[in-house]
Formats: sequence, C-alpha cells, structure tokens
Amino acid sequence: MASDLAKTDQANPASDPLAPIQEMVQSCIQCGTCSASCPNEFAMDHTPRHLWRMVLTGQKAEIFRSQTFAMCSTCYYCTLRCPRGLPLTEAMSALKQVAARENNPRYRQSTQFYKKFIHSVRRHGRVNEMEFMTLYFAAIKNPAVPLRFVPLGIKLMVKGKVSMSPPIRGKRPLESIFRRIEALEKRS
Amino acid sequence: MKYHYYPGCSLEGTALEYNRSTRALMGSVGAELLEIKDWTCCGASAADSTSHLLSLALPARNIAIAQKTDAGLDILVPCSACYLNLKKTTEKSRSNSETLVQLNSILAEDQLQISGPMNVRHLLDVLVNDMGPQTIRNHLTRTFSGLRIAPYYGCQCLRPYVVFDDPEVPRSMNPLIEAAGAVVHPWSMGGKCCGASQMNTKMDVGLTLVAGILKAAQGADAIVTVCPMCQMNLEAYQQKISRRHHEDLSMTILYLPQFLGLACGLSEQQVGLDLNLSVTDDFRKKIS
Repeated sequence: MASDLAKTDQANPASDPLAPIQEMVQSCIQCGTCSASCPNEFAMDHTPRHLWRMVLTGQKAEIFRSQTFAMCSTCYYCTLRCPRGLPLTEAMSALKQVAARENNPRYRQSTQFYKKFIHSVRRHGRVNEMEFMTLYFAAIKNPAVPLRFVPLGIKLMVKGKVSMSPPIRGKRPLESIFRRIEALEKRS
Repeated sequence: MKYHYYPGCSLEGTALEYNRSTRALMGSVGAELLEIKDWTCCGASAADSTSHLLSLALPARNIAIAQKTDAGLDILVPCSACYLNLKKTTEKSRSNSETLVQLNSILAEDQLQISGPMNVRHLLDVLVNDMGPQTIRNHLTRTFSGLRIAPYYGCQCLRPYVVFDDPEVPRSMNPLIEAAGAVVHPWSMGGKCCGASQMNTKMDVGLTLVAGILKAAQGADAIVTVCPMCQMNLEAYQQKISRRHHEDLSMTILYLPQFLGLACGLSEQQVGLDLNLSVTDDFRKKIS
C-alpha cells in the first residue's frame, strides 16, 4: 500500500506534498456528506469521502491514479455542508496544484487547460480566449478535442466575441508578480 | 450609487452582452461605474488549480489598484468566478496577517499594497440590495406579464461565502423578476452546478449536468443567469444535448441585466440581445 511512500515521507517530511492537505482534512469524520453533495460524484472513480480517507492514510500513489479531484468543478457544496467545517474545495484544488506542479501525465488535459490559460494571462495581463484555446488544443495533441469546439468557435467569431487575429504584443503588466511568486515557491 | 467596476476577461470576450447590459442597466438607474484602471485577470479557476499563491496575488493587484483610487467605494463584479476570487482574497488577507504581508511583498514592486478591508460585491447583491425591486418598478416601461422565468444562480456567487442569499435555496432574484411583471419558474436547480470548466476538460460530465438543468427548465420561457461561465455552458451546447436526449431542450438563456434592462426600456441592441447564442424565435415573438 503506502508503506514505501510513508517511509520516504518520514525521511523528508517537508517534501511531502500531501502533508498540508492532510492538515486541511484532519478532523474528517467520514460521514459522506461531501459525496452526497457532489454534483460530479457519479463520474468519479473514488467518492470524495473515500479520497479524504486516502489523503489521511497517505496513499499518494492511489490518489494520483484517481481522477476524483480532477472532477471537482468547485461548486463549494461540500465546503458549505461539511459538518466539520473543513475547506474541502480548497483541498481538492490543493491536489490539482500538486498534479500540475509534478506534471503528472494522468491529468494532462485539465492541467494543460489551466496552464495555457495562465500562460496567456502572463503574456497579456488578461486572457485572450482564442490564443488560450489554440495553445491548449496544440498541447493536448488530440485532434478530436478541438473538433468538438469548432461549431462553437465559429458561432463566437460570427458574433465578434473572439478574434482570430493574434493579440497585440505589449507590456506584460503581471510579469513582476509572476517572477516574484516563482521565486517564493522555489524557496518553499 | 458609485462603484469600482471590475468587468473581468470574459466580459470583454464571450460575455460582451453581460458587460453591455450591466453598464446600460446601472446607467439607466443612475449608478456610476468606475472601471478599475488597467485591471488584469483574476486567475479564473486556472490559477487556483496551479498555484494557491498566484490565485490570491492576481486578484490582489486589482483590489490594490481600486483601493489606491478610492478606498471608500465597493468593488462591483458581474462575473461569479471573478467575484469569488476577489472576495476570497479580501477575506484571506483580512483573516490571516501572514497572507497579507506576503501579498503586499508581491505587489510592492508595482508600488501597490492592500492597506485595509475592501468590499467586494457581486452584481446580483447590488441589484437586490442597493437597487432593489422598487427601482425596477419605477423604471418599468413595459411588463413581461406573459413570461415565466427560471432564475439560475450557479455556485460561486452563493458559496462558499454566504453574503446575500440562501446558498441552498437561493431566491434573491425572485422579487426582481416579479418586479418586471414575469412569473418565477418553480424549480430546485437554481443553485446547482453547470459543470464550470468541466465542459472543456471532461465534456461528458459537463453535458450531463447541463442537461439536468435544461430539462428542469422546460415550461419556462427563459433562464436568466448571473455568470459568464454558466451562461456559456447553458446556451452553447443545447443542440448536442437535445440530440443526445432525443428531445428538444432548446431554451432562451439571458443575463439577468439583459432581462431587467429590456423591462426598463433599454433596446435589444442596448442590452446586446443579438450576441446571445440561444434566443428562441418563440421568445423573440413574446417580447416583441
């Protein structure tokens, strides 16, 4: 099970990405209110309740084989209803952050979606929807995905809501903020 | 009534009509919107899925600019995702001094800082509590007495911060819809999730959630929304969903300020009705 991981983590607890998330869900009583409240539970391989148990027992390998946290659409029903008042939606996001940081290939599609979005924001200060979707489609290398969005893309272009022309390269108003965060995150 | 205005990226792109109708409606009732100078993206759901610190720093920059301009005004945000990101940042920097210090150290290079609490308000909160149904009634030029409207709130204006409505059984839109003379469609889907960015990353899951909402709305003449993500998910995939379910689930989806604006005498052009992706012929006939 998690014995190998547990050993590694014990040797170097600071490097355990699960530790802060374990703290968030420490007082989980396994009541299952989160699972019953989750609109995406039907599509998950493990229920949210089960996921928190896996987090608390340090089953990192199994957690990052599961698609459960990637299915969270941040509706905050679980956070609202949790009888222990735990920040469960934030804990889901924290798991997404670990997957993104480690470039875990199992979450490639959603991670690339978020990363290309942020990439576009870093370049222009605001997201350019056409640029971001183009980068995303290129990154996931699956032609079936962009094809699903062709009719919508055309509709949006006709309405003048998205533009095919690349955005004007200008100043990067968020560059100093991004650099500073990268430096801070490297240190921690 | 004067507010800082944070439109957010969607309102300059896929949600142009939300921007147009919000500005037009607020203008027609005499509210002044002061757009935050050189505002930048709030991080949407993408920042929080990659870096927690980034998800606070991106909104912090906009809050700091607003504060520098006028610390006494509330920040009005029409997009629910932007609203939550800005709200979360003000709440976390208020409740955790370490967070505040860290955010200010990130903003320092741009000569910005958060120096005290700022009030972040969702458009719906402002429409319900600052403007109110009476103001709508005072400005009515027509009544939508033949219409049945399904109010759709989505998630992030209701949860996790419980500010202006019941997060389980939301009803703040009812008096506004009724002020316009319409009937509220009775349903329990108002605060349910549309799937958010699931539609882009796990489309089948998103389509299932939206199908449930569109089915429950049958019998209504339109769904009104207060979020660009909800609006897009509900309006853009109706044909695909109808084919899957062997049932015509097409439905008019409007932003709330478009609907209220039309009732208050704004033209279809002023509220950007031609920009919506799903306004049925039937609905157009009823409002013409």
